[in-house]
Amino acid sequence: MIKRPKPERFRLRRTMMFMNAQKPGLIKDAYIYGCDSIMLDLEDAVAENQKDAARFSLYHALTTIDYGDTEVIVRINGLDTPHWQEDIRVCVAGGADGIRIAKCESAEDVKTVEKHVEMAEREFGVEVGRTLLMAALESPKGILNAYEICSASERMFGCAISGGDFRKCMQTRFQRDGIDMLVARGQMLMAARAAGVQCFDTVFTDLDDEEGYEAEVRQNKAMGFDGKSLINPKQIRLVHQIFAPTQKEVMQAEAMVRAFREAAAAGIGVFTVNGKMVDIAFIPGAERTLRLAKACGMYEGDLV
Amino acid sequence: MIMQIEKNAMAGTLESSDALVTVEPNEQGIELEITSSVMNQYGRQIRATVLETLDRLDVKNGHVTVVDKGALDCTLKARVECAVFRSCGKSDAGIPWGGVIK
Amino acid sequence: MKNAVGREIPDELLVGGREVYQGKNYMDGKYIKKASPCTKRCEKPQESKIVDSIAQALRDCGAKDGMTFSFHHHLRNGDYVANMVMKAAVEELGLKDLTIAATSLGSAHDPIAQYIEDGKVIGIQTSGIRGRVGEVVSGGKLKTPAIIRSHGGRPRAIEAGEVHIDIAFVAAPTSDCVGNCRGIGGKSNCGSMGYAMTDAKYADHVVVVTDCLVDFPNMPASVEAIDVDAVVIVDSIGDPKKIASAAARISQNPRDLMMAENVAKVIASTPYFKEGFSFQTGVGGPSLAANLFLEKYMDERGIKMGWAIGGICGPMVELLKKGKVQKVIDVQDFDLDAVNSINNTPGHYEMSASQYANPANKGAFVNKLDFVVLAALEVDTDFNVNVLTGSDGVLRGAPGGHPDTAAGSKCCIIVTPLVRGRMATVCEHVVTVTTPGDCVDVLVTDYGIAVNPLRPDLIECLDKAGIAHVSIEALKEKAYSIVGRPDPVQFKDKVVAVLEARDGTILDVVREIKPYTFEG
Repeated sequence: MIKRPKPERFRLRRTMMFMNAQKPGLIKDAYIYGCDSIMLDLEDAVAENQKDAARFSLYHALTTIDYGDTEVIVRINGLDTPHWQEDIRVCVAGGADGIRIAKCESAEDVKTVEKHVEMAEREFGVEVGRTLLMAALESPKGILNAYEICSASERMFGCAISGGDFRKCMQTRFQRDGIDMLVARGQMLMAARAAGVQCFDTVFTDLDDEEGYEAEVRQNKAMGFDGKSLINPKQIRLVHQIFAPTQKEVMQAEAMVRAFREAAAAGIGVFTVNGKMVDIAFIPGAERTLRLAKACGMYEGDLV
Repeated sequence: MIMQIEKNAMAGTLESSDALVTVEPNEQGIELEITSSVMNQYGRQIRATVLETLDRLDVKNGHVTVVDKGALDCTLKARVECAVFRSCGKSDAGIPWGGVIK
Repeated sequence: MKNAVGREIPDELLVGGREVYQGKNYMDGKYIKKASPCTKRCEKPQESKIVDSIAQALRDCGAKDGMTFSFHHHLRNGDYVANMVMKAAVEELGLKDLTIAATSLGSAHDPIAQYIEDGKVIGIQTSGIRGRVGEVVSGGKLKTPAIIRSHGGRPRAIEAGEVHIDIAFVAAPTSDCVGNCRGIGGKSNCGSMGYAMTDAKYADHVVVVTDCLVDFPNMPASVEAIDVDAVVIVDSIGDPKKIASAAARISQNPRDLMMAENVAKVIASTPYFKEGFSFQTGVGGPSLAANLFLEKYMDERGIKMGWAIGGICGPMVELLKKGKVQKVIDVQDFDLDAVNSINNTPGHYEMSASQYANPANKGAFVNKLDFVVLAALEVDTDFNVNVLTGSDGVLRGAPGGHPDTAAGSKCCIIVTPLVRGRMATVCEHVVTVTTPGDCVDVLVTDYGIAVNPLRPDLIECLDKAGIAHVSIEALKEKAYSIVGRPDPVQFKDKVVAVLEARDGTILDVVREIKPYTFEG
């Protein structure tokens, strides 16, 4: 049985690729495309009468396939269905890194899931607190409650907006400039940042519209998203390309982190880069840039 | 937990890399029929995996048909287990993950 | 006797100077005496060579028991001609003990399987064998072992007299009344007719079968009237839908695209990737998709491709039209874009199979090739490739130009997914060696790249370019860790097919398939 290392709450998650947990041909090696996280789906992709079969597939995939460094998240069925409790049991027993709560609307939803996750962790002898959570916000109510949702649990690592359902609720459709979800994206991002968790944008479904896809990814990056949900491996490359830092940013970040570490080691509280004083508040951002650069193959040093 | 195959049940598909497993009640012992797109190189392993899984579930009697389309062992196990649990009407909740399912 | 790729070749096959495979370029520099056909003089002025039927043409050419008939596969899976001829020969003329020398046989030729089972056809020589014919041969139904040759090995054997063609049948999309043939201008167009050219020059008799008679002279002719004995007009020579697809589309499969991108990366890392480089690619998913990524690298470096060869399809024609490749030389066309382009787009030419790939002539194109990108059914840890037998041991593939381009090119890249369903593509021992490992340089899979240790220079290129690679053993182990270690396929002793290396030595044999039992 594959033992996955303890999940990291704040790791790099530029790309989260959805895969039907019921399709053996897909899930057997989805990691080869190099996405940061795989999202095995028990919800929309699985027909109502195949939920049971999907769990058996999922359990054996989780316990026999070596996904390596790729994070494995499972999207469970909504709390208004008869499926979610068994979904949680199989995720925890199989050792999934995290669970994506579908149609999350309140802190209460998160707490309900958390309670069952903890029960499952005890049942299956899994370290309590190991299984991470994220919330999919699919309704105006979910967006309005984003802050309380994001701060409802120590297990929460982030939230994502789910465009399909959200647009339906708002009586709008996909717009090329993103105006349809501008407020929702902005509000969710603010809530996530305020709660100190990550934030992910929705899927882009028209695989033939390369221009539209690129525009959306650029907007995601500009708005400050951590990553994006994807439906096809061929979407991965562009996100990684656009989310990559520039060479100049990497060099600056490296200089800053190095100066900070040296100053700290010497017990000096203030430090400078190229003769300029640097605010310590920039350090977490610089470290994030270096981690990103490492994932993009742009940085090979050992500061992160 | 001894599992009795109570009624006909199926799990899986005929898509590539999958297998369609059918279980039916049977009086005397296990009867296993296998067809596979990779019979020549994996026939024996498929049979071993299916029998092992039935044994783990403590299924003593049943007619089991496997139509394999190049499924990996983990998929074969999942399909056999699901078919057996379905035949007992127990596939929806309270599955012994990590117990007899492993 | 064991050959250079470790295959045991039965001694009874090593007669009449036949040798086992000794490694590539073993025959280089040796002299051959070319065979010459015995052909009829046509001194008198003549109006036309048109005869009423295929049966009549057979009679006119003196068809009798024990003869060898040749066919070419430009009509691919749409071909009607081979079946029509064999039907006339067996059912109308009552001939038996026939040998078919084809450039390829596919499922279009399923009816011929019955003639094998009935003992009417006792020999098969081909560069590809699929469908029912492959099954009956693997089932031990053919009286003599089939001989499988590459596209270059076939004209070599014909020129050397190892195959003597009594009557060559040319499936011609257009012909005039004396037999000048072209692959375009009719209703069942195939473009290039390169595989038929050598046959027509070396056969005792040549019969043209066409469904579109055009005015004399049909120029420029692919097969010339000077070699033709008779012309038969039939309703249809083939199903156009199966001859050339509308347009070969570049795969959208993300796995194919990922591998194709890595192929292009490898190519761009070598010193051969420079202005005027030459290139051939297959039409399979990842091979064809390599075109797309290669173009990006060409643009980036500001270089153009000098020439491309092979079976040709739309994406290569597109590059020619854009001026990104200077010349395309073509032995076969795979889609209508290519069919409509040959001899039409400036720089798009036709060539014969011999000119393409024959190891025994003095100027085959493959020998000047920089890169070839090829697919595989299986690759073993010695880089030997199988493109002939399926995982069940049954004949269902085609060496085609694979061994020729692999041997001739400076950098031969095999691209294939590591596993297909439950089959490990990278394995310990391929079922049949069709392309020897000493001709294969790089393997690109969806799980990683491996370079043949015989090519330290290429390893250095990849390292310099920062392209990760692993040993082929590591890839094999990864494959087995996913699918499990396979049981060896069970065969009986009887040899059903002999696989000739392109130089005429014996590379491997295929034995009769043993029905599967759990007890083995």
